[in-house]
Formats: sequence, structure tokens, C-alpha cells
Amino acid sequence: MAQPLVKKDDDHDDEAEYSPFLGIEKGAVLQEARVFNDPQLDPRRCSQVITKLLYLLNQGETFTKIEATEVFFAVTKLFQSRDLGLRRMVYLMIKELSPSSDEVIIVTSSLMKDMNSKTDMYRANAIRVLCRITDGTLLTQIERYLKQAIVDKNPVVASAALVSGIHLLQSNPEIVKRWSNEVQEAMQSRAALVQFHALALLHQIRQNDRLAVSKLVTSLTRGTVRSPLAQCLLIRYTCQVIRESAGNTQTGERPFYDYLESCLRHKAEMVIFEAARAITELNGVTSRELTPAITVLQLFLSSSKPVLRFAAVRTLNKVAMMHPMAVTNCNIDMESLISDQNRSIATLAITTLLKTGNESSVDRLMKQITNFMSDIADEFKIVVVEAIRSLCLKFPLKYRSLMNFLSNILREEGGFEYKKAIVDSIVILIRDIPDAKESGLLHLCEFIEDCEFTYLSTQILHFLGIEGPKTSDPSKYIRYIYNRVHLENATVRASAVSTLAKFGAMVDSLKPRIFVLLRRCLFDSDDEVRDRATLYLNTLGADGAMDETNEDASEFLFGSLDVPLVNLETSLKNYESSDEPFDISSVPREVKVQPLAEKKAPSKKPAGLGAPPSGPTATVDAYEKLLSSIPEFSSFGNLFKSSAPVELTEAETEYAVNVVKHIFDQHVVFQYNCTNTIPEQLLENVTVLVDSSEAEEFAEVASKPLQSLPYDSPGQTFVAFEKPQGVPAVGKFSNILKFIVKEVDTSTGEAEDDGVEDEYRLEDLEVVAADYMQKVGVSNFRNAWENMNPDSERVDEYGLGPRENLSEAVNAVINLLGMQPCEGTEVVPSNSRSHTCLLSGVFIGNVRVLVRLSFGIDGEKEVAMKLAVRSDDESVSDAIHEIVASG
Amino acid sequence: MEKCPSVKSILLLDSEGKRVAVKYYSDDWPTNAAKEAFEKDVFTKTQKTNARTEAEIAMFENNVVVYKFVQDLHFFVTGGEDENELILATVLQGFFDAVGLLLRGNVDKREALENLDLILLCLDEIVDGGIILETDATVIAGKVASHSIDAGAPLSEQTISQALATAREHLTRSLLK
Repeated sequence: MAQPLVKKDDDHDDEAEYSPFLGIEKGAVLQEARVFNDPQLDPRRCSQVITKLLYLLNQGETFTKIEATEVFFAVTKLFQSRDLGLRRMVYLMIKELSPSSDEVIIVTSSLMKDMNSKTDMYRANAIRVLCRITDGTLLTQIERYLKQAIVDKNPVVASAALVSGIHLLQSNPEIVKRWSNEVQEAMQSRAALVQFHALALLHQIRQNDRLAVSKLVTSLTRGTVRSPLAQCLLIRYTCQVIRESAGNTQTGERPFYDYLESCLRHKAEMVIFEAARAITELNGVTSRELTPAITVLQLFLSSSKPVLRFAAVRTLNKVAMMHPMAVTNCNIDMESLISDQNRSIATLAITTLLKTGNESSVDRLMKQITNFMSDIADEFKIVVVEAIRSLCLKFPLKYRSLMNFLSNILREEGGFEYKKAIVDSIVILIRDIPDAKESGLLHLCEFIEDCEFTYLSTQILHFLGIEGPKTSDPSKYIRYIYNRVHLENATVRASAVSTLAKFGAMVDSLKPRIFVLLRRCLFDSDDEVRDRATLYLNTLGADGAMDETNEDASEFLFGSLDVPLVNLETSLKNYESSDEPFDISSVPREVKVQPLAEKKAPSKKPAGLGAPPSGPTATVDAYEKLLSSIPEFSSFGNLFKSSAPVELTEAETEYAVNVVKHIFDQHVVFQYNCTNTIPEQLLENVTVLVDSSEAEEFAEVASKPLQSLPYDSPGQTFVAFEKPQGVPAVGKFSNILKFIVKEVDTSTGEAEDDGVEDEYRLEDLEVVAADYMQKVGVSNFRNAWENMNPDSERVDEYGLGPRENLSEAVNAVINLLGMQPCEGTEVVPSNSRSHTCLLSGVFIGNVRVLVRLSFGIDGEKEVAMKLAVRSDDESVSDAIHEIVASG
Repeated sequence: MEKCPSVKSILLLDSEGKRVAVKYYSDDWPTNAAKEAFEKDVFTKTQKTNARTEAEIAMFENNVVVYKFVQDLHFFVTGGEDENELILATVLQGFFDAVGLLLRGNVDKREALENLDLILLCLDEIVDGGIILETDATVIAGKVASHSIDAGAPLSEQTISQALATAREHLTRSLLK
């Protein structure tokens, strides 16, 4: 078909214009498709028409249902032709049209005939087409042929059947699972790709059977797998087995590690890389295990192929996050990659270097990066900025050069996202490195002098208002801020006014000058700016009002709005103007829809402007805020500990409920998080009836019902109990969810007026001793232990009865006490006969507790334990023993 | 991770980023508009690079893209962010070389469009529903180019028996309804 191309350099334009499909039009091609109905078929012409149809589809054109059906029926006529090329196009066309099930029937017999044809090409393709368009009922009819095809001598046919099997397994698993024997036979095939497809299918058939997968891997890793692709698959499955067996074998030789390591010497690069990557991703990989993998990746770094360099540097970059020391050997190769043509590779190399670099190399690195920054795209620059931020947090002493770098690039051209990343980084550095504060703030001030992004300007002004007054010389920032009032748009002007007011409130010496500036703003052209200026002048007492307003003023200026904005908005909308002024305390404080933040993947980016730095305490803070906003509970004092949510319902029940136990000094609050999973129902007045008859020391004092619980938007109801102060009271509670259920018309979303009272039994809930213990680690257990009063030590021995192994016994005691294991002592080496575990925690009443556990196991698997406790309070030491004795 | 190596899309674009032939194997791009936006993205982000001697690679929005250019044709193979880059590169090389063989060395847009049927068949033989079928260029090209008339039964006889079979099928269906 291919004609020799005549080079015509002079009429290049013509050539660019030329296309055999120029001016092609759907209607016309559909007309042309009539040739399919000719009694004397012209295969060549038919092929061309199909190609045109496929071209149209490929360009994104769509056929209506009628058009598709017509084309389909016309195409089926072409099965009469014996032209191989045409038949192949027919197959393609049928796959593209994805006919409906009653249409499929028309071609089934033709395809089944092709499946049994003598021509291998027909067989392979017919299998793929038929399996693509078929449904379950038809599949049973052709199953016999497919099983035969799997073990066919021709590798193309076998592969076609196996790949089809992989697809069909999703829709008809029970049928495909019956092919195990044939698939296993295909595994022995001499053809490389058949082996690959057979392995993929066999694993998918058995994927829910851990033992079978493990056996499969064990046998294959010993044998020879021919295809590199199959080898890659096997590596992936091996890692799965290693992961799943991780619980039993903690140290010593990792099973299958030898196999992975041997793959590093495979002749195919894809296998070497797959194995190297797999090793770096092993759980708790040791540096000895890492070394050979790093070595081959290092070789790839100097490969002539960009793909290889990229793959290697990307993997090393990931390794550098967890094991920076392991990657330092590659630093020289990495540095040469900074000048790589491929900017992705260069960026990855730089960020890796930033992670692995030591303090002394920072300055040299920064010099190299400065040259590099000018010729990469914004998206890469953001990555670099983020890497520099973490480097700066790692080496706070180097803040000067890193901060300079950030301020330099802040001055250069760049888009919003890039600038925001830089500003965020500077803000974080100011927060975390006190020495960097003054210079950082000045950099930000200079930036807003010439900042085209309103959002960034307002955020920086807000930040200046908080941090600026606390510096040694707050007055130097005033000029920058007041300049904004002159030169910017209304939004920025308004926030500049707020910032000025904050300086006024915090720094008494500046107050008179601030007043002068604020008064000038009273003539601003914008309402908001004027309003703010007036408001602040009044709250700060510019008109000679008394000084005692000072506290109110700063409370007003710096306090955060403690009502949810959504609720405020609805309340304001409902407010009808009358003599009664709007009262902000009438705004309900309960959060309607609690964002399921914990379930979402943790966002990678650290919090920048606006959000406070988030840490592990974030959820506790959130709970504390939530609880203190409920008037009934506000008098309980400080929240000591909140437990992780405990599910009170099975998965996939009508109402999903879990509970969080909040421990206070004298109280316990149960927070029931409820989700209604029935679209046709609206629940109202949801409460939990708690029976505390098995928890004698607890007395119910308050409860807070949930007004309404619509479908799929979680809500909370609370029940509070009083308990003796400082005592780790334990008990069991049974719970019944009570509510009024209303039918909802799902089409309109409106609920009926009348509801029916109903209840729903939840599982029991227990308050255990571990709830009174905060997991707080110590960095040096030995020092901490020595520093505790030896008189507080209580030692006793316990028999724990027969256990599977030591590890199980250790975990049981850790969970019972709810304390933080220190120095990795919660891990028990496999087969060890004795073990010492160190625990640390803070008991209710803020009492520090350290525990030293010594375990021993004998031949009959009987476990004995010696428990030594030291704490700030002897009675707590005794309490710990009581917990263990009663547990 | 335990997944079979998979290809999310194979794109063959011209030097202006227009489609010559594309094939998607993933639901990540549900509409034609989403596909076109993706192609535009891929094209503009790789346009300025030199991928004529060795395959190049880029990564954006959770996609690994390996690509190679020749004349006015841009070849792309894309996969998920966790995919082994070298496997994708092998697929790309297979596609690239097979097209070279099928077009007998004259690989440019005009020739590709003239032989679009071969290109489409070639794509069909490389990947099936995201699973790699074959990566050896000569095997792929061999499968596509086998253009012989089937040596089966004579044409006339074949048609009649087939027509009869179809008719019988129809009849039983309508009777069973």
C-alpha cells in the first residue's frame, strides 16, 4: 500500500495541507457504507470505507443510535468476504461500535465460526472481539472454545484467550475461575508473552486466596520465568506476599529478599528497575537491603536513555525522603543531572540533592539552583521551593542563605501558584525559625510593594498584623502597610486598614500615629474601607473612650469567629429587620456537616498562610473546639484525651454510628457520629439512650440531641457522664439510637410532615483504663527512668497464660495500657524467648508514667511478665498494676 | 501495586497536536472534550523537547508520559504514576518501530493517514483493554501485514452455507421469542 514518497521541499505547504480525509463528512461516509450491501463485494473499497468510519470515530465524532445500528448491520454483511484484511477491519469496527446485546446475536455465529477457523489470525481476533462484546449468557456457550484456546499451540491465540479472560474476570468471575487448570498449563508455555498473560490471569483468579498466591510465588521464584514482563509481575506479587507475611517475621532474613536481589542482575532493564524499586518500597527496609538496589539505580543515572535516568532519579527521590543517607553515594551523579536536558529529571535531581545534602553543601547547591531556576517552568519551580522549605527546616542555621534565595525568586517573574508557594514557605519559616522572623517579614513587605495578586497581598497583610507588632521595632512596617492604603484596590486597602488597627491595639506607643492614619482612611472611596476605619477607631477608643476596652478590642481583632460561617449566613438571611438587633450568640454553633477529614488522604502540602501549622494534635484541637462550643459541656474543663472512633454498627447497615470517647477530669463525653445511609429517610431528634447500669461510677448529666440527620451527611449527638475526679473509672454502656423517622420523596427531596418514632440497637461501648492514658513518648527512656523517683517504683510478676508467640503477648499488654512504646521495643524478633518492652505515657491528672515490661516464654508457650512502673505519683503506679491484674 | 502493568492511552498526534490516531484504555477521560484537553496538555508540555533519537519522558497530573517524535509525528504512551516507566517505554518502542516497519521507513503524517488502517490495526495488536499484548515490533507488524486471502472453502460455497447458518439462527431466535 505504501507508495514511495516523493520529496518535494519547495511545496511544503501543500504537503502539510494534504490529508486523505480532508473535508470528510459523516453523512457522506454513511452513504458510502452502502457498498457493504453490494452483492459483489469489493474488499478494498469496503476496507477504505471502514477506515473512514474509524477515522471519524477516532476524531471524536459520535454516531446516533440509529446510525450505529445501521452501520453495524451493514458491517455484518462483510463476513461473507474471505479477504483477511477486510475481516480485520470488520473486527475493529465491531469493537468500536460496542453493539447492544440483541445486535451481538447477529454476529455471534460468524465470530464463533472464526474462532474455530484454521487461520490463527481469525481465531485470535474473533476471540478478542467476541469476549469484548459478549455477556454472561453467551459466555457459557463459548466457554469450551475459550478453554481450548488458552492451551492452543499458537501463542497469539492463547494470549488472546488469556487476555480476554482477564477482562471477563471482572464481569463473570465464577466462569473464568473454572479455567484454572488450563491457565496453569499455559503458564508452562514456551512463548514469553503467553506466560505473562497466564500469570496475570492466574494471580487474579487466586488473588483472594493468600495461601495460593504465596504458593504460586514460591514455586515461580524458584523456576525460570522467561518473559521480562512476567518477571515484573512476579516481582509485584512477591512484594504483596512479603507485605502480607510481615506480621509474623519481624527481623532476620526477609523471605524472598534473595529473589528480589537476584532480579537486580536480570538482563532486562525493566526487570532490574522493577526489582530495585520493589526493594526500596519494602516495609522497614534496612540499609543493608537497600544497598544493592541503590547501586543499580546509580548506574541508571548515567544511562544515555532519558527514561532510565528519570525512572532511577524518581525512585531515588522517594528513597531520599525516608533514608537520605542511603542516597548520598549518588550525589555526584545527581549533581551532573542538574544540567540534564529533560527538566523533569533535573528537577527531581535537585530536590533529591536538597533532601540528602548536608549543612556544608547547602551554599554550593543554592548557587547551582539559582542558575537552574531561570529556565524551568513554574510547576517545577514549585517543587524546588517546597524542597528548599523542608531543607531550611532541617538546617535552621542556614536560614539566611535560603531565605535570601526565596526572596530573590519572589522578586522574579512567576505565576500565582508559584508565588503562593514561595510566600507560604517564607511564612512557615518565620513561624518555625524565630531568627528568621524579622528578615522574612521585611521580604514579605517588599513583596507587597509590587504584588499583582490581591489574594496574596491580603494574606500577607493579615499575617503582618499578627506577627508584626511582636517584633522589636514594629513601627518600620507601618510605612509598607499604609502605602497599600494609597496604592491598591479596595480589597487590599480594607485589609491594610485591619492590619493597621492590629498594630494600634498591640503597641500602645504607636496608637496615636495609627489613629492619624486611620482617620485619613475615613475619606476612602470604598464603603468597606471607610466602615472598617470607623469601626476600628471606635473599638480602639480613639475618641477618648476609656482604656478598659483594650481587652475587648484585641479580643475582637484577634479572636477567631467561633461560629460556622454557613450557620451565620443562614441566620442572617432569616433575620428580619426589626427593633431587635441581630444577636450573634443566637447563631447555632453546631457544625452541620462534619467534613470527613480523617478519612481523606492526608494532604501532602504543609499548611501555609491562614491555616495554623497542623500536627498530630490537630484532631484533638478540633474536638476541643467542638466540645467547648457546646454550652452544656463548656464547664468540663480541659479535654484530656479523645479516643479513636469506635464503630458501634456493622459495615453497610442502615445507620452507621461510631463513637469517640472524650475524657475530662470529672466527666466523660460520648460523641456519637451518625450517618444515615437511606436516601428515603430523614431522621429527626436523634438521641442515644445509654444504659449505664454496668458502669456504677458514672452518672449521666447531660445529653445533646441531633436535630436532624438527612441522608449521607454525618451528624453528632452527645451524652455526658460525671465520674469521680481523677479516678480511672471503667464500665460498660449499652446504647440504643432513638429518633423520629420521616419518609423522604427522593425525587423532590422533601420530607413528609409526620414521622414515626423508632429505635435502633447499637453495640455496647466500654470505657477502659487505656482511655485515661495519653500516648506520650520519651526520646531517651533510660534518662527519663533514672530521673523518676525510685520510691515510686512498683514491681510485680504476672503469668499471661499460653500465647501464640511473644509478639502477641506484648501487643496485648500495650493495648491494655494504651501507652506509647519507646525506642521501637514493641517489635519482637521472631522466635525470641524473652523480650523487654519500654512504654511511656501520661495518666489522667497529668501524671507521667514509665513502664518497663520483661517477657519470657517457655516451651509450652506459657508467657510470664515482670512489670516495673515508675511514675510521678505512687498511687498511679499502683493503678497501673491494678489495670494489668484485672485485665 | 499488584496490578498488571497497564497502559492508559496511546496517542499519535501530528506536529500541531492534532489527532492522527488515539486509543484510550482508562476511564480517566470520560468525554471527548476531556481527551482532547489531555492531548493538548501532553502535546504542549512535550513540544519543545527533543525526543528524536531517544524516547523522552515527562510526568504530570499522575500520568507518566513516554514519547518519541519522528518527522511530523508525535508518538505517546501514557500510564499511571506508579507504572514502571521502562515498561511503558518498551510499549512505545514497539509501537514506534512497528509503525516504521509498516510504513516502510516513510514515517510521516501523510503516510500515516494514507495507511490509517494499518496504524489502527497496529494499535489493536499492541494493547488490549490496557493490557500489553505484544511489544516486539516485528511480531506486531507481522500480525498487521498478513494480508493473504483465507485458504478456506471456496468463496461462493462459503457464502451460501454462511447465509443459511445465519438464516437458521434468525429463525430459531424468532421462534423462541
